[in-house]
Amino acid sequence: MSESEPERTTEREAETLPTGASSVVTALEDAGVTAAFGVQGGAIMPIYDALYQSDIHHVTMAHEQGAAHAADAYGAVTGEPGVCLATSGPGATNLVTGIADADMDSEPMLALTGQVATDMVGNDAFQEADTTGITRPVTKSSYFASDPDTVGDTVGEAFALARDGRQGPTLVDLPKDVSNAEDVARPGPAEGPETHVVPDEADAEEVSRAAHALADAERPAILAGGGVIKGEATDELRQFAIDHGIPVITTMPGVGAFDETHDLAMEMAGMHGTGYANMAITHCDVLLGVGTRFDDRLTGGVDTFAPEAEVIHVDIDASEISKNVHADYPLVGDASTVLRQLDDALPRAPDAEGWRDQCRHWKEEYPMDYDAPEDEPLKPQFVVEAFDEATDADAIVTTGVGQHQMWAVQYWTFTEPRTWISSHGLGTMGYGLPAAIGAKVAAPDQEVVCFDGDGSFLMTVQGLSVAVRENLDLTVCVLNNEAVGMVRQWQDAFFEGRRMASEYPWGPDFATLAEAFGAEGFTLDDYDDVADTIAAARDYDGPSVIDCHIDPREDVYPMVASGGANGRFALQEEHL
Amino acid sequence: MTGELPGPAPEERPHPSGRRNKQGIRIDPQAEAEPEVRREVLSALVDHEPGVLAEVSGLFARRQFNIESLTVGPTAAEGLARMTIVVEETDPGVEQVKRQLRKLVPVHAVRELDAATERELALIKVGDDDPAGVAAVAEMYGGEAVEAGPEVVTVELTGTEAEIDAAVEAFERFGVREVARTGTAALAGGTEFTAYDDTTTDD
Repeated sequence: MSESEPERTTEREAETLPTGASSVVTALEDAGVTAAFGVQGGAIMPIYDALYQSDIHHVTMAHEQGAAHAADAYGAVTGEPGVCLATSGPGATNLVTGIADADMDSEPMLALTGQVATDMVGNDAFQEADTTGITRPVTKSSYFASDPDTVGDTVGEAFALARDGRQGPTLVDLPKDVSNAEDVARPGPAEGPETHVVPDEADAEEVSRAAHALADAERPAILAGGGVIKGEATDELRQFAIDHGIPVITTMPGVGAFDETHDLAMEMAGMHGTGYANMAITHCDVLLGVGTRFDDRLTGGVDTFAPEAEVIHVDIDASEISKNVHADYPLVGDASTVLRQLDDALPRAPDAEGWRDQCRHWKEEYPMDYDAPEDEPLKPQFVVEAFDEATDADAIVTTGVGQHQMWAVQYWTFTEPRTWISSHGLGTMGYGLPAAIGAKVAAPDQEVVCFDGDGSFLMTVQGLSVAVRENLDLTVCVLNNEAVGMVRQWQDAFFEGRRMASEYPWGPDFATLAEAFGAEGFTLDDYDDVADTIAAARDYDGPSVIDCHIDPREDVYPMVASGGANGRFALQEEHL
Repeated sequence: MTGELPGPAPEERPHPSGRRNKQGIRIDPQAEAEPEVRREVLSALVDHEPGVLAEVSGLFARRQFNIESLTVGPTAAEGLARMTIVVEETDPGVEQVKRQLRKLVPVHAVRELDAATERELALIKVGDDDPAGVAAVAEMYGGEAVEAGPEVVTVELTGTEAEIDAAVEAFERFGVREVARTGTAALAGGTEFTAYDDTTTDD
């Protein structure tokens, strides 16, 4: 833009923008992007230069992996793609873990990476990596921008593709010459590629068949996956289940799709799901799976998964149908639309009073009741419950991966969608803190609590500097057992107790570490201090970290052995 | 270790007797049969641009789909190329291949071809000790010698995959030095379109 020629500028603006980079930023603004997470570097500098003029709030991260996780969590909380940026080479490769994580969990995310100039590509130039080649298997699509006049349209297309249909990450690789090119065409509105067909209604005949199967069921169950939340179908699902008296089981990403305090809530099934959820999923005769890919951590061994159930599978992605578990009634479509179709087509509610009694009985038979003797070290379950009690229903929980993640999902009572933000499919240790940053930026008015393990926390702890710089009021609770506890638990159960590389003979003082970063640090190791420490950490206006020393002997139960039958979940090590 | 929860032990619980097979299909364990692998010819219309072949072949590699051959070349429509992919998969496997292919952004249409016209081209270089014999075998398979150099003859022939297999075997007695095969190209029979440029209407 030339300030000396204001009149002509207005006319010119409609047609051209000063640089390829400004076209990229304009495309983001037009798509409604208000925040982005990234790390500067050589080849991405032109994009950052264009961001200098923009109202987009850029959060400077300490590591690109954190930028990707923050964008992922931002997408999970808002439903709109989170944006992350990195430079070429190591910047891009550092993003890859976070992109793969978003891909596994179908989180909407747009990654923008710098690239060496087009004429240098393929020459092994400084900080060159084949970013599109590396990321193709872990994105919905990975674009190489080759034309400055269409680079903004490409960014818009990638944004729309990440958002529409089954959500997921996309990437646009931006060679420096394309970003620096001058006088480029202004991008049009963000539209997904024409080959990306998003189904809405499912086939009416198939819906009718499925509805009759469900009406005839004696032991019906709903399995709510992450697609219920991402498809904004939570209301429809809750109403459908409650109107027709069908117990609801969730997958791990599906936590929050149903109110866990409801009588029909069976909570999470699978490897560390509740005993009652695993009993219900094993004994149901019709299973309505919505927005779930029947992941192996949910199904256990497929041979024994819901072995007597006819499966109705609602999914917006046709390739999920019968991928892992055969769908007797495949319903490809949007979750909320198909649930309304099923509701309309259902001839009557299933006659399942006896089955509901059975499910209630299982809740009593397999309660999540842990022992917490006062004279032993703190139990992590107690700390999670204390946090839950102290916070409002809309508080967002993020986690790393491992035992602490399972205690968080088991002992926090989730009632609202988009409040449980975790690394489900990829199982990325270190997800928790950067995800908390992304969640807090996305929802500044909601409380954000990150449960982390001492192992997970150390992997991305540098993110504390970001939380301090951005003055993000979030609370990290490190459930510190001086080990990578889940590995230790598996070694005890399956490797005759040979604890190779799982226990830490020495670990940092996380309270002091937090203070070194400029955050507030707390240490907690006594039942008497739990409530006060949680209150003090939550009251602190800024990031705070509680180094919570828990019983290092504590294991996670129930547990279904890998590939085992859900109905044979172990309640103690002797059952494995 | 601690963390035990109350409740009946696994052996004290009821367990359903049903089972599923590896494909997640409910089965009668007594009557279980391994699903048969079948050979299917798929045709895909794709964007004719760099990276598409890598995207498709990468999909096959990482999902462990078994492919016998994959050919690609331009079509009459500008900007579109046709891939002919011969897969060897079970029924659910073939369905998965098609659905996964359709998800790729550069893929416009995918179709499984029955009763298609299938052809493959082969160049077979054999020793020239018996030129008359080579010519006779080439003629038998509808091929011809396209290059006769010192010591070797190169024969060109087209046919179905099975015909080429048989021809290569027949040439063995002259000493096959090298073989180059294109893999199968195919079009649907009759007036039917092989794959429409509309992902919603095929199948």
